[in-house]
Amino acid sequence: MRKKSFRPDVDAPAWKGGYSPYDIIKEGTIALVVILVLTLIMAVVFGSPDEKAITVKTWSNADPIDFATTALSELNGTSVSAAYGAPYNNTPGASQTMGPLKLEQWVGVRIPINSAKDFVISPLKSLPDQPVLDQQLKTWSAASTATKNTWLKSYAKASTNMKIVKGQVVINATNAGPVPVMINDLTQMARSGALDQALVTGHGFYTTDYTKPLLFLADSQYLGDLAQKQHLTGEQWGMMNETGSYPGQAWLWLYTFWYQIPPFNSSSSGDALVFATMGVLSLLLLFVPFIPGLRSVPRKLKIYRLIWREHYREIEKV
Amino acid sequence: MSTSEIDRQWTTRLRRRVEGKLPPEKLLPDTQPTYVSSWIYVFGIATMCSLGVVIGTGCILALRGPQWWHGSDYGHFINSMHLWSVEIFFFCMVIHLWGKFAMAAWRGGRALTWMTGVVTFLVSIGAGFTGYVSQSNFDSQWISTQAKDGINSTGAGAYFNVLNMGQMLMWHIVLLPLGAIVLTGMHVLMVRIKGVVPPFEEEAETEVAQ
Ligand code: HEM
Repeated sequence: MRKKSFRPDVDAPAWKGGYSPYDIIKEGTIALVVILVLTLIMAVVFGSPDEKAITVKTWSNADPIDFATTALSELNGTSVSAAYGAPYNNTPGASQTMGPLKLEQWVGVRIPINSAKDFVISPLKSLPDQPVLDQQLKTWSAASTATKNTWLKSYAKASTNMKIVKGQVVINATNAGPVPVMINDLTQMARSGALDQALVTGHGFYTTDYTKPLLFLADSQYLGDLAQKQHLTGEQWGMMNETGSYPGQAWLWLYTFWYQIPPFNSSSSGDALVFATMGVLSLLLLFVPFIPGLRSVPRKLKIYRLIWREHYREIEKV
Repeated sequence: MSTSEIDRQWTTRLRRRVEGKLPPEKLLPDTQPTYVSSWIYVFGIATMCSLGVVIGTGCILALRGPQWWHGSDYGHFINSMHLWSVEIFFFCMVIHLWGKFAMAAWRGGRALTWMTGVVTFLVSIGAGFTGYVSQSNFDSQWISTQAKDGINSTGAGAYFNVLNMGQMLMWHIVLLPLGAIVLTGMHVLMVRIKGVVPPFEEEAETEVAQ
């Protein structure tokens, strides 16, 4: 009777065999010492990476043209963060979706970022005693959207020939209104280090929130180029590396794997699809003991025979 | 006071429920069934020990604050130990996981042991990730700005802001380690309560099949 209803992948047979001595505390102590020694050896031999963080100051000094171009993209709304959508701003159609689930959009704007205001205009306004700049900023805020767009278009067109001469952003733009002064002054501010400060102290003196400077940096070409050199980009399976060829989060191999293949690497909702896939797989893993078929895989695979080979050898002897 | 009143007390009921579940000889056994003789059993204990080293080195890093290790050779060395114990921890945990899968170690009422294991695995991934993004160096700048897209795409980014270093550090050093430790405790206690899962009984299978 009992045997009939016995489900081999759910129930465990009662153990009728013998027991042998097992010193759990001694084994645990030995294991701890071994792990500690192994950790010490690896720390001594390999160390760990600690590539200094970049700043808006180092970026704008290393590549002022990239900085000025990025600043322009913040002002005219063409940067990634300017048109990101939720949770930073309202950009129709920018949010990722999981089929009918528009989670990103439903949550809405929770960390408001207005690139032009937060990254360009407010920092410029915080500079003291700048009569020329102040005048230009007044002109900017008084202008209509159409006028602003005309200025930005003229500047963007001329920016392909942008030069840095004696530290100043030089551009041959006509009808660009206050934009040349704004971009040049922001570049000077960045190169002095003042912009780093202005971006973090938006919340006051004490802060541990780097959302704004990080979003600004991420809009640059500079950050991506540095990461490329360190094998950190997505196409390079970057999640599994750290700077200087150190192993990163190798356990995310499956997560990174999806980014290499369609439809994930071509969809505009790639991230959402990868997350949904991993979510489903994690649930499957969680509920393996209850999923018929899946829970029989180990019994069919017979790897357990290798694990318990001594036990089965004993049984065969009998 | 009547006995039935005492019987109905929450305290009494809870005590009766847990009573005898974990006698000392189960918590700290001195023998194991003979089938518990395989290298695979080492990895559960090794995972636990490496978690211990991860937490120990993390506590040393905490003593002097988050910026200390950038400027001190000793601090940097402790950081290296922290990193490598994490790598060993995950290595052991993944082998442990697939080992337990191969043994179908959820059999015999051990499904909750398996499930706490899976949740610990996921919580540990979160702990590792928040550690990477709160390093306050180039790595954390890159990793956080990359990872934000994935997390934002689920809607969670609005509340779990990977660009907010203070928030990530708190998750990394308080919330997620707490979760991992509590879950590991539950996991290991459940193993002690249930004992180690016995091997498949191959003759029994044929009997059922006939
Ligand atoms: C922090 C992470 C973990 C720690 C510290 C840990 C620790 C342990 C220890 C010490 C044991 C008993 C010894 C042994 O059988 O190896 C055990 C058993 C077990 N673990 Fe884990 N584990 C962790 C994660 C996991 C994961 C991710 C899974 C699977 C998804 C898992 C599934 C199991 C199962 C099913 C058992 C019962 C084994 C049996 O009855 O033979 N554990 N774990």
